[in-house]
Amino acid sequence: MDLSYGEEYEVFRGEVARFLEGWPLTGGEAKLALAEQEQLFRKRGIEAGYVYRNIPTEYGGSGQPYDALKEQIIQEEYMRVGAPGNKLDQGPGLFAPTLLEFGNEEQKRRFIPPTLSGEMRWCQGYSEPGSGSDLASLQATAILDGDDFVINGQKIWTSGANEAHYMFGLFRTEPEASKHAGISYLTIDMKAPGIDVRPLKQMTGSLEFNEVFFNDVRTPAKNLIGKRGEGWSISRSTLKHERNLIGNPKLMTLQFDQLLERARTTPRNGRPAIEDPGIRDRIAEIETYVRAVETTNLRMLSATMRGEELKVMLPMMMIKLYSTDVMQLICKASYDLLDGDGLLEPSESQDGIYATSGTTSAVIHNYLFSLGPAIAGGASNIQRNIIGERGLGLPRDR
Amino acid sequence: MHFGLTEEQELLQETVRGFIDGECPPPRLREIFDGGAGHDPTLWKGLAEMGLTGLIVPEAHGGAGLELLELSLVMESMGGGALPGPFLGHSLASLAIALGGSAGQQARWLPGLASGELVGSIAIAESADGWDPESFRLDGPSLSGTKVHVPFAELADLLVVATAGGGLAVVERGASGIRVEATPGIDRTRPIASLHFADTPAEALATPVFDRVRDAALALLAADAFGAAANLTKITTEYAKTRQQFGRPIAEFQSVKHQLADMATQLEPTRGLFWFAAHAFDARPEEASRAAAVAKAQICDRAVGIARDAVELHGGLGFTWECDVQIWFKRAMFDRAFFGTPEHHRARIATLGGY
Repeated sequence: MDLSYGEEYEVFRGEVARFLEGWPLTGGEAKLALAEQEQLFRKRGIEAGYVYRNIPTEYGGSGQPYDALKEQIIQEEYMRVGAPGNKLDQGPGLFAPTLLEFGNEEQKRRFIPPTLSGEMRWCQGYSEPGSGSDLASLQATAILDGDDFVINGQKIWTSGANEAHYMFGLFRTEPEASKHAGISYLTIDMKAPGIDVRPLKQMTGSLEFNEVFFNDVRTPAKNLIGKRGEGWSISRSTLKHERNLIGNPKLMTLQFDQLLERARTTPRNGRPAIEDPGIRDRIAEIETYVRAVETTNLRMLSATMRGEELKVMLPMMMIKLYSTDVMQLICKASYDLLDGDGLLEPSESQDGIYATSGTTSAVIHNYLFSLGPAIAGGASNIQRNIIGERGLGLPRDR
Repeated sequence: MHFGLTEEQELLQETVRGFIDGECPPPRLREIFDGGAGHDPTLWKGLAEMGLTGLIVPEAHGGAGLELLELSLVMESMGGGALPGPFLGHSLASLAIALGGSAGQQARWLPGLASGELVGSIAIAESADGWDPESFRLDGPSLSGTKVHVPFAELADLLVVATAGGGLAVVERGASGIRVEATPGIDRTRPIASLHFADTPAEALATPVFDRVRDAALALLAADAFGAAANLTKITTEYAKTRQQFGRPIAEFQSVKHQLADMATQLEPTRGLFWFAAHAFDARPEEASRAAAVAKAQICDRAVGIARDAVELHGGLGFTWECDVQIWFKRAMFDRAFFGTPEHHRARIATLGGY
């Protein structure tokens, strides 16, 4: 075992750190709106080869050879200074990698560059009112009519549909085919006539969820990704990327550090809460779980670097369930430290992410929000089925 | 960067597993468990022949000169087979002498320990909660007092005894004033006893290395518990696939499937904790104490939880003496309680981490 990254990589880390001295922006650039500053700095990151490394330059990425350790170093350094790097929302985080794998040349050129630059925003049209965990039972249809698919039906719990330019999603194109074989992966212009987006308020108070209704909406047949009837297997790939986003270990460490800090600064019976043996024990136990996540991530990183993914199949299957559980332990402990202030409604609106400000409102938001990742991308009980059936070889459900 | 096992390390684990499968399969394990001695000279000889009794003893003294990481991997395999015998205490006694002994002390004891001709053990606590150096009272060139929960006290040729302030002293078999009082131990693969000393001659090790020995012990106990819990998950999974109720294997019931998935998911992500604890002991000394406490606290609590689930999933059969699940359950109980409970080590995690 050797946990040092080695000379070559430490030199690389130094290069990244020097580059990141350019953030935050200074002078005239600092006067730009924050979103513009972020876009500018992200562009510099692409030119430097640090951002969107796995996406070829012709599609707007930096097209670097795959190197899991460099990727890790970049993530660590960007996280350390809070600089804008890879955008992880649905377009760049989920759709672009899927398109890279399954799209044709025309689709890649048309969609990936504006998606990476942020000009084209995406939403994911998967879940339907009757099809959550049993996603393959989805009913929204897309019937080929001339050069277009004509779409009818409804999607639900669709994050960001109110702001998205395009949707990627699953639709039933072959009603005669079996459950899984009848589904195709399509992209749809959200301005197309017949689309009705209605906001669906989340329990956190955020307004990022929507319902999307389709009434004879036409999307050109050239917007089909992959072949007809391949949508289900393509969506498995997107889901893999989604699970990667959910298990971000640095985010967990940050939340744990904030829990510890809150326990140090919150009074309990006239003493800092961290001196209360019960609270101390609870936080120490949570730390042992956080360390388990960290070492598991190290195992997976190490195996990935060496092309030994087969050795970490089980932890890869488990990490989503495990780490969303651990995040909930952290968020619940932070919430409990609020005592009576747990009666307050969060005032900060944090759409679709953990709040990191450390305020009372952020703690309450996270207490509620931490349930989201345990449901999105395959709810915990679905994860248990996968672990049981594929990991332990138990018989499938009947 | 490499946080995984080398081929040699994987081979080492396979060799130990193969030995246990061949020499101590469940029927033989059951005989030893019910027999009460917790020891089988044939098994010990086998371990010695494979070089395991001297795994971490320096080559100059006849050992294999390997590190705690390798020893922890061996422990994981032994926990997996619930292998009876004095291996844990023997290894810690050897480690104590290798780390803290003078050149003369090493030359005197290590070759015999490495070859397995001498069996070593350790005597630490003087009371139920007495696993910290602050509570050790025995001291001086001759020891008087009592050590409790000493594994294989009767069998050991050589005992490494923790002394006041974090020192260690060696007491040889047959020294005057020793009285062994057998105490029924929960884990019949590793029986324990109380040791009463009355002016018993002891030789202090040159360097007081109790803290290092404790770090090693915690990593090894975590590894053993991990192996035990992994085996319980495995045998319970197999049982659920074959046990029929309501006309089908109980594994087809989602309640059972989810319980098994949770057992596996509570355990597998903790594997890196004992790896890291052992690796830190070998190569990252500043992190070793905390890493060892983290591994012990997390894994040993999960292991007994998994064991309780394993009993429950075996139903009425699981509650019987004849069901082998109890062997690993009690193995995990030993690993959890020996050298301090998870709660005890969480308090240390907090303090060492500057909470």
